[in-house]
Amino acid sequence: METALSATVGIFFAVAIYLMLSKHIIRILLGVAIFGNAVNLTIFTAGRVMREVPPIIPEALIAPDAATANPLPQALILTAIVISFSFFAFLLVLAFRAYQELGSDDTDTMRVAEPESEDLPPLGY
Amino acid sequence: MAVDPGKTVDLAHAMVMKPVAAADWLVVAPVVIPLVFGAVILMLRHETRMHASIAIAALVATLAANIGLLARVIETGPLVMTMGRWLPPFGISFAADALGASLALVATLVALVCAIYSLSDIGSIGRRYGFYTFMLLMMAGVGGAFLTGDIFNLYVWFEVFLISSFGLLVLGSEHRQLDGATKYAILNLVATTLFLTATAFLYGIFGTLNMADIARKVDGLRDTAPLMTLGVMYLLAFGMKAAAFPVNFWLPASYHTPRIVTAALFGGILTKVGVYALLRTLVMLFPPELALLSGLIAWVAGLTMVIGIMGALAQTDLRRALGFVVISGVGVMMAGLALGTGEGLSGTIFYAFHSMIVMAALYLLAGVMNGVGGSYSIRTLSGLYGAHPMLAAFALLLMLAAAGLPPASGLWPKVMLVRASLDAGYPWLAFTILATGLLTTLALGRVFILTIWRPRAEERLAAAVSPRLGYTVLAALSLPIVIMGLYPDPVIRVAQIAAGNLLDAAPYIGTVYPGGGGQ
Repeated sequence: METALSATVGIFFAVAIYLMLSKHIIRILLGVAIFGNAVNLTIFTAGRVMREVPPIIPEALIAPDAATANPLPQALILTAIVISFSFFAFLLVLAFRAYQELGSDDTDTMRVAEPESEDLPPLGY
Repeated sequence: MAVDPGKTVDLAHAMVMKPVAAADWLVVAPVVIPLVFGAVILMLRHETRMHASIAIAALVATLAANIGLLARVIETGPLVMTMGRWLPPFGISFAADALGASLALVATLVALVCAIYSLSDIGSIGRRYGFYTFMLLMMAGVGGAFLTGDIFNLYVWFEVFLISSFGLLVLGSEHRQLDGATKYAILNLVATTLFLTATAFLYGIFGTLNMADIARKVDGLRDTAPLMTLGVMYLLAFGMKAAAFPVNFWLPASYHTPRIVTAALFGGILTKVGVYALLRTLVMLFPPELALLSGLIAWVAGLTMVIGIMGALAQTDLRRALGFVVISGVGVMMAGLALGTGEGLSGTIFYAFHSMIVMAALYLLAGVMNGVGGSYSIRTLSGLYGAHPMLAAFALLLMLAAAGLPPASGLWPKVMLVRASLDAGYPWLAFTILATGLLTTLALGRVFILTIWRPRAEERLAAAVSPRLGYTVLAALSLPIVIMGLYPDPVIRVAQIAAGNLLDAAPYIGTVYPGGGGQ
């Protein structure tokens, strides 16, 4: 199970990095979204996968008596999903606004903040 | 461990049974206060006139809490508080040591001064759109990052201050801001996601996220676990957050676009959180890996310094030049990380204090210059000496400070770093630090000559009104700069204690796990 998941994680990372190498903001954002999911799956796999025993402590005990599924990765992933989802939502709106205002989603032509032909500082006065 | 159903369970196996001492609440105060008041301002969003006073009061309270926390940490060693009373590593620990507490203190001081300057820089529309809420939430995130003892929690605080910084960055929605914010947002999100990737691998290896727990388990796993991979991933992720070359390009693309007070906050505080996280992970958790990476980090540091300051030399816009000066300062701090010795790390920590205050002050100085001269361009700004001699005095002091010349605070950390580089056998790094100081003097000296000394162009009359608020905030930041420059001993002692806590994590681990731990 871990092997299959690891391979999936690898594919996710490859796709994410390929998309993020693009010049177009919208493809970069799709890459970022897949990147976030790749990490979530990494956390899930890193917590070791086990489906058989739920992490429930029997009533008479104060600790589980056998190895159980690890509940922590789910908490971590939930946090990471909430964060990456909200960031993705913000970035989509930001990219759309930038596209509306600047008329481009190509990072090569988005040069408002760093204009290409800016005067060099004067050498004297 | 079986128990009879009727018997009471001894909770001491799982929970902290002692009530938290009242003074220990200080550990979370620097996070809780801005968080609560940020929410209060959000609820009062229509009462824009009250925002600034609430924010300033909140930051004064946070500053007081930080001073109390640092005093206690210096006196008694690291302090810890574990959430939900679960014994560490199960509960999230907040662990304040001298490094985190002192950086949180300086960051809050900078934020307080910026909040005071924002009285003139942020109008009612900016307040309505939540400037002060974002600012306080950002400070909560920064404080949390400095004080948390849990690496996943560190990630969460990074994201808290990151998303608040997005809000601050786009406030105003000018074209340049949207452009800068797009690049800032995407690259910073990639950096924190890399941090999370590294943390996922770390969790897979250690099965724990508590930094004290990791620090005490790391030696047992050194032979089998790929710790070098973790070290490199953290170096890349936090290097990107700190804007170290070659992953620094988001900073000059964005820091000059927002309101000047936002730029001052960012330039002062945010990159240092990245440097702090580098220190915390590489020095405390992975020291042998850091020793192997030393040569690489030294190159990164040298290139960051030189390329940063070369960028500053090529800029016409004062704010863009300052963005590159920030990067150059990050290089100086990375130099101490590369050395990894007590003196080098103390130099880095002292330089972080200095750089937080000086960079914020330089951005605010640019704001004041724009206020009286009507421009940020060093082509058009001129003749400020005749109109505002006080401003010239502040400019001179701050530029000396940034270049590392006496009587300002930049001198001592550079002395420490140069001496540590020579001791550690990196003479070229010492030379680079000194050469960067010279180039900084040139870059900022030229700004001084052109804006202050150059005779005023006739058509461009500087406003005659003296910028009182501007002088107040510049004086408030110049005071610690001069004090640290003339009387550096207490600061050096704090930096040495902080570096000592990093190099020998035993007191830190001992505080989180009193009596060896609950396993």
